[in-house]
Order: sequence, then C-alpha cells, then structure tokens
Amino acid sequence: MTDVGTIRPPRNQWWDVWDQFKTHRGAVIGSIVFLLICAFCFIGPFLWEYSATYIDIRSRNQGPSWAHPFGTDQLGRDIFARMMKGGQVSLAVGIAAMVLSVFLGALIGVLAGYFRRLDGPLMRLTDLFLALPLLPLLLVMSMLFRQKLSAMFGVETGMFLMIVTAIAITSWMRTARVVRGDVLALKEREYVLAARSIGTPNRRLITRHILPNVLSPVMVSATLMIATAIITESALSFLGMGFPPDFPTWGRLVSDGIDYLQQYPSRAMLPGVFISLVVLSVNYIGDGLRDALDPRIRGR
Amino acid sequence: MSERKKLLQVIDLKLHFPIYGGLLRRQVGAVKAVDGVTFDIFEGETLGIVGESGCGKSTAGRAVLRLYETTAGSILIDGVDIATLSQEELRKKRPAMQMVFQDPQASLNPRMTVAGIIGEPLDEHTNWPRAKKLERIYELMDAVGLNRDFANRYPHAFSGGQRQRIGIARALALNPRFIVCDEPIAALDVSIQAQVVNLLEELQEQFGLTYMFISHDLSMVRHIADRVAVMYLGKIVELAPVSRLYDHPAHPYTEALLSAVPEPDPSLERRKDRIVLQGDVPSPANPPKGCNFCTRCPKVMDICRETEPVTVEVAPGHFAACHLIPQTAGQTGGAEVEHNQTRIQQGEVV
Repeated sequence: MTDVGTIRPPRNQWWDVWDQFKTHRGAVIGSIVFLLICAFCFIGPFLWEYSATYIDIRSRNQGPSWAHPFGTDQLGRDIFARMMKGGQVSLAVGIAAMVLSVFLGALIGVLAGYFRRLDGPLMRLTDLFLALPLLPLLLVMSMLFRQKLSAMFGVETGMFLMIVTAIAITSWMRTARVVRGDVLALKEREYVLAARSIGTPNRRLITRHILPNVLSPVMVSATLMIATAIITESALSFLGMGFPPDFPTWGRLVSDGIDYLQQYPSRAMLPGVFISLVVLSVNYIGDGLRDALDPRIRGR
Repeated sequence: MSERKKLLQVIDLKLHFPIYGGLLRRQVGAVKAVDGVTFDIFEGETLGIVGESGCGKSTAGRAVLRLYETTAGSILIDGVDIATLSQEELRKKRPAMQMVFQDPQASLNPRMTVAGIIGEPLDEHTNWPRAKKLERIYELMDAVGLNRDFANRYPHAFSGGQRQRIGIARALALNPRFIVCDEPIAALDVSIQAQVVNLLEELQEQFGLTYMFISHDLSMVRHIADRVAVMYLGKIVELAPVSRLYDHPAHPYTEALLSAVPEPDPSLERRKDRIVLQGDVPSPANPPKGCNFCTRCPKVMDICRETEPVTVEVAPGHFAACHLIPQTAGQTGGAEVEHNQTRIQQGEVV
C-alpha cells in the first residue's frame, strides 16, 4: 500500500459524480427520455414538413396517419407539429422558471439561515409571498406590464419573461424555508467552526461548506418545480393570461383538447402524457444527481 | 520558569451569553460560561484544562481563538491583543493559531475529499500553485501517519482515529505555533486515544508546538500536560505544574476530581477514600454568592458563602482560589502575604 506508484493525484470530483450517475438506472433512462423529448421539440421542427400554425381546413379532425402521426385538430393544423412547437415553450418556461425560483429560494434561504439579523425580515417576506394568491397577482402583472414588455421584447418573448417571472416569484418560498432550516442546522456543525478557525470568510464558508450540504433538498424541490411551472403555465394560458391563443404550448393544447374529449380523447391526452414524461424523467435525473453528489451514497 | 517566553496571555477573559426574555425580548440575564479567567501559556509547553461537563472548558478554548466574541478581557498572542482586532486583521493572525476539534465525525465536511479538507487552510492563506499545495498535503499526511493514497477519499470512509488525524493535519497545514485541542480524544476508543495523544506529543516535539489541551480525562492530562488548570463554573480554581497539582492539590474541588480517577491496583482501590460530590453544578446563569463551589464543597465554611476567594500563589507557579489556603499556606511558610494579591481580578463579578 505504501508503493508510490499506486498514488493517484486528486482527480476532479465531477468524474466521481459522473461514475456514480451512470450506475443509477432510473437516472440514465430519465436522461435519455428527457434528451429525446428535447430533441423532438427543438430539432424536430426543422425536419417536419408542416408548420405548427399552417391551417388546412379541408383536412380537419383527422385521425392518426403517416402524413399526420398524431392527427389534425379542428382547424386542420398538424398536431405533431404543434406538439413540437408547444414543447419548446413549455420546456423553456419550466426550466427557466425552475432556475429562477430555485436561485431565489436558495439565496433567500441561505441568507436568512446564515445571518441572524436577516432571518426575521426575510422570513416575514417569505410569509408575505406565501399569502399572495397567484392568479390575482398575475392579473395585476399582466395589466401593468403586458404592453410594456410586448413593446420591448415582442409579444412572445415579452409574455415568456412575464410568465417565467410570475411563476418564479410565486414559487420560491418552499425552497427558501427548507434551505433556511437546513442552513440553521448546518452552521452549528463543527466543520463550519473549523473553517472559521482557519479564517475562511463568510462568502466562501457559504459556497464551500453550506451550499454543497443543502444540495439534496434544493435538488428535490428543483425537479418538482419544473412540473409545477409547466402546469402553472398551462393554467395561465387556459385563462387567457398567458401566450396568445394561436400560440401552442403543451398546457394550451391540453385545454384546447378538453372541448373534444368525447370525440377525440387523444388530443388532450397526448400533451398530458408529454408533460408527465418530462416531469418523471426530470425527477429521476434529480434523484440520480442527488445520490451521485453525496459522497456517502456514492460507491455503493 | 517565568524566564520562558509567554506565547499566550489571557487576562480576565469573560464570555457571557445573553439570555433574552419577556415580551420585549430584553436581556434578562447572562450565562457566564467563562467568567474572569486569567492564565499564561509559555512557548513550547502544554497547558491542560480540566473540569467537569459544562464548566466552560471548551468555551474558553474557543474564545481564546476568538471563535466567539468575548465579553471582556484580553487575549494576547505574542503581545498582540486579538480580542479587539478587526476581522480582516484577525484573519491574517489565524495561521499562527489553530484548533483540533472534539468530534472527528462532525468536524470534517462530508462533501470534501481528504485532500480538500487538509488543503483548505492553504487555499485560504497561500497562493501556491496546485502542485506545491498537493506536495504539502502529502507531507502533512505523512506527518500524521495517513497513507497518501487516502487523499481522494471522503471522511465517511475513515475510522474515528483516522478522522482525528485528518483534523490534526488540517490544523498543522499552516505551521501554527499554538493549537487548541478541544477534547481531541473524548470521542475515540481507548486504544486509539493513546495513538492520537502520542501523535500529538511527537508533533509537538517535531514542530515545537504549544498546546492548550482541554480534556476531562485526568490521567491523559497528567500524561501530556506540563501545567494544568482546573476549571469550575467558568473560573479557574487551581493552576499548577502537573506533578504539583496531582501530588498536592490545594483546592477541595481538585481533590474531589483526583479522587475520582480510577486506581489500577484493586487492593488500593478498595482502601481508597473517594470524595463524592453531592448535587449538580449550579447554573452558570445564576452562580451562587461567594465561592462558586460553596454549594458542593465538603469543606465549606461560612466565609465561602459570603465572599469570593481571591487567587493566591500557594507555592511558586501554583495558584489556587480558596478560603482554606491562607491558613494552610501559613503553616508551611510565612511569605504568603506577599504572594496573596499577585493574581487578582476575580472579585469584580456582578
């Protein structure tokens, strides 16, 4: 064992993480499914001949065929193309809202947990946001900002920004509370004291010792957040406060399909299945990542 | 003895944790965890701090490194008072003073590799290239007897003794002069305790370290320490060179502590008169009037409940705070009056 030749220099920890991630079957399948869905949404439109907004009224309400694998809707638009286009928006909204919300939640949670003086004000702020109802808030937001954002970024980008912001600022509270609780416990651990005795300043104490150890709850809430964000976006579009009516998103496709649930059940179910698949695969990826990032579980 | 250089001087150190209560969350009292402690540590020696649980040993150790903000008093390292330094100046002083913690399980970040943990002080205080840091990490691992191949592993993969070695290596990384060992062996089993203590002694010899060794294990302190301070309820009741303290304890509390040490010889053990203290340590939030020990002292007198004893020098280098002492010291020699008020400062408590 003392043979000098056996000593390996410390290698990047992310290789260990990757090695462990590969052994998590659910996470690997989840990543493959997620990547396939992303490819379907973002590469598919370049290969598919129909546009999502092309109306061919004579071939409306068709069933699945080689020309239209998912059939056509009541205006003769190709549902396959609409699924691809809608997926782009839904995935983008879900991921962007998740990133923003988890960032906000983790930031506020860490600040509140670590700095005692900020704890009271920040947690009262969290309570305040918890008490805010999403829909009236969105009504107000769209009334105040819709025109300005549309003028500044165009209708679609403007709405995208508004929806992402709205979802994020109404969903960061749970992450913040969980993170705060964990930070409160972690900052009393001896290794934090040890780091302080070395002379590590607060900012590096947080990034080096606190954040990596609150990763698990953050990861869990992040994966759940994507699902919530996609569903909230669909609720907003359904109420007419999201994207314009002819603009496809998965949520919009579900609500459009509900009118025809009796005659054509697949029209509402297909986007629903895609939403579920994304949520499930992201959950498994999060699960695998959480395990891979924890050295105590790694290597088992 | 006093010709040797004083590395650390702690003068009347107080650390009170405030208690808030009432509707307006006003301060209604304070837990006097450390209440007017004065001692020196000479360069290259080991000062043992003993006392029962909750007497403020660990708090004193942490306060000496200013991991807690002190309430009053000064801590001089090489003549610089670190109790009043700004955070940035304090940070520059940190390499000289390090700490080894009690629980090796909790004192290592579970998400960092051994190399990361030992290298953290180097990351903070040097801007060496990576290869030089790694070289130093390997050097430290050799010094504490860890296999170099362990550098990539995580703390959970090690036993308690190995983890404590990692903690010691981290404390050594910046070539400190002074290390506070906060019960470094309390969480280890007995065979490992000996290993770790011997390691600490070897390192002391090798690097000329000065230790403040906090423990409740009296026999271990006798083994490693040069001088011993006995703490009770936030105060030092007795401080003496190790042989003097164990052979001629001056304070009744020290006597009681020493009589609790197990005796290896069973026939002696049977004949031994143990002093068993009654009751619990009083709350440090509400210490008794007079001497702190008066509620449990087997030799309590009326004066103990009224006035607080001052610390006197019983013999050269042997200090104790007890009302019994002027009389006992008077029997051995007449010079006690001059010594009496040399070490002071304990009478000004609220």
